[in-house]
Amino acid sequence: MRIEIREARVVDPAANRDKPGSIFIADGRIAALDRAPEGFRADETIDAKGLVACPGLVDLSARLREPGFEYKATLESELGAAAAGGVTTLACPPDTDPPLDEPGLVEMLKRRASSLDLVRVYPLGALTVGLKGERLAEMAELTDAGCVGFFQGNTPLPDASTLLQAMRYAATFGYTVWLRPQDGALARGGVAHEGEVATRLGLPPVPVVAETIAVRTIVELAEATGARVHLARLSSAAGVALAAEAKARGLPVTCDVAVHHLHLCDRDIGDFDAQCNLAPPLRDPSDRARLRAALADGTLDAACSDHTPVDDDAKQVPFGEAEPGATALELLLPLVLQWGRESKLPMAQALGAVTHRPARVLGVAAGTLTVGAGADVCLFDPDGSWIVRPEALASQGKNTPFMGLELTGRVVRTLVGGRTVHRA
Amino acid sequence: MSPMSRHDVQVGPDGRLRHLLTTEGLAPELVRHILDTADQFVSVGERDVKKVPLLRGKTIFNVFFESSTRTRTTFEIAAKRLSADVINLNVGVSSTSKGETLLDTVYNLQAMDADMFVVRHSQSGAAHLIARHVRPGVAVINAGDGRHAHPTQGLLDVYTIRHYKKDFSGLTVAIVGDVLHSRVARSQIHALKTLGVPDLRVIGPKTLLPAQVERLGVRVFNDMAEGIRGCDVVIMLRLQNERMNGALLPSAGEFFRCYGLTAEKLALARPDAIVMHPGPMNRGVEIDSPVADGRQSVILPQVTFGIAVRMAVMSMLGSQA
Repeated sequence: MRIEIREARVVDPAANRDKPGSIFIADGRIAALDRAPEGFRADETIDAKGLVACPGLVDLSARLREPGFEYKATLESELGAAAAGGVTTLACPPDTDPPLDEPGLVEMLKRRASSLDLVRVYPLGALTVGLKGERLAEMAELTDAGCVGFFQGNTPLPDASTLLQAMRYAATFGYTVWLRPQDGALARGGVAHEGEVATRLGLPPVPVVAETIAVRTIVELAEATGARVHLARLSSAAGVALAAEAKARGLPVTCDVAVHHLHLCDRDIGDFDAQCNLAPPLRDPSDRARLRAALADGTLDAACSDHTPVDDDAKQVPFGEAEPGATALELLLPLVLQWGRESKLPMAQALGAVTHRPARVLGVAAGTLTVGAGADVCLFDPDGSWIVRPEALASQGKNTPFMGLELTGRVVRTLVGGRTVHRA
Repeated sequence: MSPMSRHDVQVGPDGRLRHLLTTEGLAPELVRHILDTADQFVSVGERDVKKVPLLRGKTIFNVFFESSTRTRTTFEIAAKRLSADVINLNVGVSSTSKGETLLDTVYNLQAMDADMFVVRHSQSGAAHLIARHVRPGVAVINAGDGRHAHPTQGLLDVYTIRHYKKDFSGLTVAIVGDVLHSRVARSQIHALKTLGVPDLRVIGPKTLLPAQVERLGVRVFNDMAEGIRGCDVVIMLRLQNERMNGALLPSAGEFFRCYGLTAEKLALARPDAIVMHPGPMNRGVEIDSPVADGRQSVILPQVTFGIAVRMAVMSMLGSQA
């Protein structure tokens, strides 16, 4: 199958390219840009006038809810949502039920995902058995089964001693340890950023030190063990500053931010909007400003959707009892574009935060339109606006603080390995 | 960037009260109107026949997901004096333990043609959630949600202050103790700011004051003597026993030594200062008995006025349906 994507605005962040051109695809790979390879005869020509063609998005965190939470979402629904959002590669956290702590579970997930043949799925294995923070999961076995890193998800971090051993063990084999930096004791019971809003609403607080103490501990242990560490979902200016310091010292540390935290802050909780119950909590506007700047200057390696489909019943409860998380696979692109516009960044730089930069974190070949790369392409209308409504979302999760808002940037077509997996 | 806006739930576009969820954001005229209405109800309690027919035929459900005999009783008396039919439900020990959700409980009671819900719940925001989901014309009164709000308590406190001090514009008011966990303190702060109290203080150790509380418009004092000096009104908060089990306070005795209201400390306030407490009191923990029973104490009048204020709120909410 040979495809020509014609007269697109071709944006490839990895090559810092943003200019009109064509993409030639053969055998599932990018065969050439702009000028057809010799003898190229397209089986299909896609007229992309007025559209941007960029690498398919790479999302560092999308909960697919299988196994165990099929009533919230299924692989079919969520991989369909990924395709509809222009996401062609995603990492899924291990916080399923049971958690992804056994090779058999990972293999089954991979098999189910590949039989659906939609987008590329890279599971993160559980760092500890059952995510309980006690015994190490079989990291080598899990890696053989297809895991690209080891994560504790949103469960509390193991104690420092277990964490030290987990990092030592991971460092033995060069595996990456993913951790969401939050001290369990300091965050216990908390549901909102410790500050004026939590004080006014009487919501139990999560102080910033819950994040900074965890980052300090993790960074210290990374230095002691030489383990490669990914700090998932930083939420505070102080947390970002510590990550920047670790990077400046040359430690193998990467970090990301959830796309919600680029746009929202604790004020958006309003009158207890449970859609704004997120993990980590939305923080102060000054934290948001720092996160936005840090994503632009590269301190934060990537933005991710942190996609978490939650059923209505789990949100139609008082704020503090609501299940944290939001559906976001289909909002990632427009929200990153909006951040880029508001930050006055060239589009290629903005899209870098969801393409080649997260691909580098995952250590997978994705997120670029380089000749020879897999033909994962997102075609979108940069001016196409749409309103976030339940019926506009393919995800089974309709839970988002952005419900009812108008967003700009509409995915028209998504290709994975040259195959169309979504068409608007 | 979220489309939600605050305070659109409890006050309608016509400026009338639809629910009473919090004292925050209430217009000063509306607060004064509630207090003026309460004035008229104080005399009802002094009559032989303590009843007016304003809510005859209305059904009010007292739904308490967190048990409280006293608060429930005051709402019950207020409703009965307005001639409403009152049903008391202690849901904490029935539905939710069977797994029914908060909203399902409310929908079920609504199907019994409730006109008004008086709700207490351990989670902040529970009353807002219910108010957003009831039928138009059904009113919700927040009788305490988590640490968030207890608006009728806040209103009865400002009613009491107005009764004794007449005017708010020159007052110095101190709220003392566990502000962190107190929905009462939050409701008092908003009501007092709305009515224009120029010097509003909170006094307590750093472990019992919430982050950035000064942004609510209060001055923060950690030293009791300093904070109470020159006050016209001293409001003591209840210190719950469970606070002593954590790391927030070393002991009840030490709390009393530092923040308990004694005659010596009260002497630092203005000679005509009044002493208030939302009850139930812990004598010898936050307040010394001679002060609680002393001439400056208005703790029992607070209870009496509380009925009138609750009648005022219920009559305003019940007459519009």
